[in-house]
Amino acid sequence: MWDWIKIALFGVIALGAALAANWARDLAYQIHALIVMAVAAGLFIWSVRKAGDEKGPVETGYMDGVIRAGVIATTFWGVTGFLVGVWIAFQLAFPQLNFDFLQGYGNFGRMRPLHTSAVIFAFGGNALIATSFYVVQRTSAARLFGGNTAWFVFWGYQLFIVLAATGYLMGSTQSREYAEPEWYVDLWLTVVWVAYLIVFLGTIMKRKEPHIYVANWFFLSFIVTVAMLHVVNNLAIPVSFLGSRSVSVFSGVQDAMTQWWYGHNAVGFFLTAGFLGMMYYFVPKQAEKPVFSYKLSIIHFWALIFLYIWAGPHHLHYTALPDWAGTLGMVFSIVLWMPSWGGMINGLMTLNGAWDKIRTDPIIRMMVISLGFYGMSTFEGPMMSIRAVNSLSHYTDWTIGHVHSGALGWNGMITFSALYFLTPKLWNKQRLYSLTLVSWHFWLATIGIILYAASMWVTGIMEGLMWREVDAQGFLVNSFADTVSAKFPMYVVRGIGGLMYLTGALIMTYNLWMTAFGKKSAAIVTAPAE
Amino acid sequence: MSKKQDNKKQDEVETTGHSWDGIEEFNNPLPKWWVWCLYATIVWAILYTIAYPAWPMIKGATPGLLGYSTRAEVAEDIAAVDAANAELIAKLAAVDLTTITDDAELHGFAVNGGGAIFRANCSQCHGSGAAGTTGFPNLLDDDWLWGGTIEDIVYTVTHGVRNEQSLDSRYSEMTAFDEILTDEEITGVVNHVLAISGQDHDPAAAELGATVFYDNCAACHGDAGEGMDALGAPTLTDAIWLYGGDEATITETVRYARFGVMPAWSAEYRVGSGLDQAEINAVAAYVHQLGGGE
Repeated sequence: MWDWIKIALFGVIALGAALAANWARDLAYQIHALIVMAVAAGLFIWSVRKAGDEKGPVETGYMDGVIRAGVIATTFWGVTGFLVGVWIAFQLAFPQLNFDFLQGYGNFGRMRPLHTSAVIFAFGGNALIATSFYVVQRTSAARLFGGNTAWFVFWGYQLFIVLAATGYLMGSTQSREYAEPEWYVDLWLTVVWVAYLIVFLGTIMKRKEPHIYVANWFFLSFIVTVAMLHVVNNLAIPVSFLGSRSVSVFSGVQDAMTQWWYGHNAVGFFLTAGFLGMMYYFVPKQAEKPVFSYKLSIIHFWALIFLYIWAGPHHLHYTALPDWAGTLGMVFSIVLWMPSWGGMINGLMTLNGAWDKIRTDPIIRMMVISLGFYGMSTFEGPMMSIRAVNSLSHYTDWTIGHVHSGALGWNGMITFSALYFLTPKLWNKQRLYSLTLVSWHFWLATIGIILYAASMWVTGIMEGLMWREVDAQGFLVNSFADTVSAKFPMYVVRGIGGLMYLTGALIMTYNLWMTAFGKKSAAIVTAPAE
Repeated sequence: MSKKQDNKKQDEVETTGHSWDGIEEFNNPLPKWWVWCLYATIVWAILYTIAYPAWPMIKGATPGLLGYSTRAEVAEDIAAVDAANAELIAKLAAVDLTTITDDAELHGFAVNGGGAIFRANCSQCHGSGAAGTTGFPNLLDDDWLWGGTIEDIVYTVTHGVRNEQSLDSRYSEMTAFDEILTDEEITGVVNHVLAISGQDHDPAAAELGATVFYDNCAACHGDAGEGMDALGAPTLTDAIWLYGGDEATITETVRYARFGVMPAWSAEYRVGSGLDQAEINAVAAYVHQLGGGE
């Protein structure tokens, strides 16, 4: 019966998408309808062929197939996102790279959201989904809830990524930072996200452990809050159900405030809370040490999620936003400093008694540098939220440097170490293909981040000072173009830093591939329990 | 759990007794410095919100004890500078520009201010060094399309060139000769222009072109190609070219003509973002002293 419903459903979707493509009002919508049609038609044929097949025995044990797919997707999207990042970094240094034949598709303006979404949502999102599925099963001693719903979450999320990415290149965007996809892509993500919440929450509810492990608190807060942020910020009315354009229900400064409430908490709950969940499992596992302090984890968790949600207005200092809102955003950001550092302390202090592993275990080394960058950028963030600092740093490359020391240093490095941890386990191998290559990855990435962050500090502060420089009579000294040309050398350094980071990720890809699929790496011999 | 473990080594601290997939948790207390820093930021936050506008009420928000406002702060800064410069600004708006160089203080002020205005409004087309680029004149040399006296420059800045904002904008329109002259005549006139500007050319074609030039071009560009400021017709005998002086570019210019536009900058024509008289005088004084002012 279920087979027939599936077949009918996929057939109807394919047909509906074909009609939508036929009557589409713009190119992006048409291409997207064709993509949906192709996917639904493929699933239709697959369902027809599978209909009536004998079901295999119900699988028990942990559901790791979807996590294996997640590891592959994370690696793939990571390399893709870094590559686009390097490309646009060099486009900024050498504008000639905005080739004529790429205009309208491959120029900086189209590529930039492709980069940010690819690294945050495709790389980071896949990493979070895969690790949360792994962690919640292990720490709940339960198989993922909802059967194949986990696979729906995985493939549904990939479809979201493809629709978003192709949309950007064709100019389909809401122009809301980190929330660029248009209304129908947003609706699809909402469906996928609710399914994700059901799988995660369902697994926690059927756990066999008496308590919920701290990593799962963070993952759950990430899933719930992102759902809320996504839905509210993307409230919009489509101009036509057959076109990609929509109009936000907010306007003016309320619109800006909603957007940065979302934007800041995308950082807070996606890139901080979610990745802290990752940290809380993989660091103690890799170090083989207990978590430093249970009390600290409780206090900093609640403080973090309570405070983060108010900090958004610091993105709008010196704008139409009233001063009082800016003040609140700023003081909540300052108070957020210690709760953010709680995660770093708990991570680093977990290594007490295992510090020697920094020398011998490059994965531990990655975790330590990741926590270091986490601590640095969660100090830098509150500092930049102070009005006086913000008046210098706002709109400059300092912001870009800040984001990247967090993203490359914290999110990137903790994800890499999780991937190195997971791959041998998921493919039943005794160890990684090569620890030397991990070391290479570590140093390339670390030096790359330092080049990136340092060059952006220099250009950011330089251009901030140049913009505000006035002579004795109060006249501006520099033209905007002067500040752009002064940044050139640092833009090249930044591009080189990004290139090193990308190279490290390619080395990781090779290493993971050889670990999982290479002939040399030995499979674990299933030995009887000791 | 007790609080006795402060002085103990980590290994002696008890765990909470939970275990997940082999992960345990120590029952360490919160680090003292962490707690105190957290309290300090909270105290600071409360004090700051008392001092500055912060808490939303039914009508408006608490103004804060310091009466601070970002807008008032900026307005104050601007007012202070305006007050300091008020005398010079008034003088500048009314000055006879031909004698502005006699007043060193005023001229210095005009050039400084004009430079800032130029970098904010003009550099996008004319370049931050005013060296121009293809289609946008170089303002450093003494070759002027519409005249290079300081008063000419004031007029050009005020009304612009070939725009629809000011009825008094500088205006002229070159004819597109593509459908008026034959190909042979166009080749000829292009070679004539190459000849009078001292470049390599085909003498036979240039000879034919001389007649074509006299009949069609000389009315604006002058018999010898010396140009005419009143019509914005460029001099064709020098090595300065707005669009390019090679054969292909000149051919394109002759066939399809050019129609360079500059906006009117006077506040009269740009409501909200235009320049007042003192600012126009300043930017004219700045451009005039760049090197080519007449």
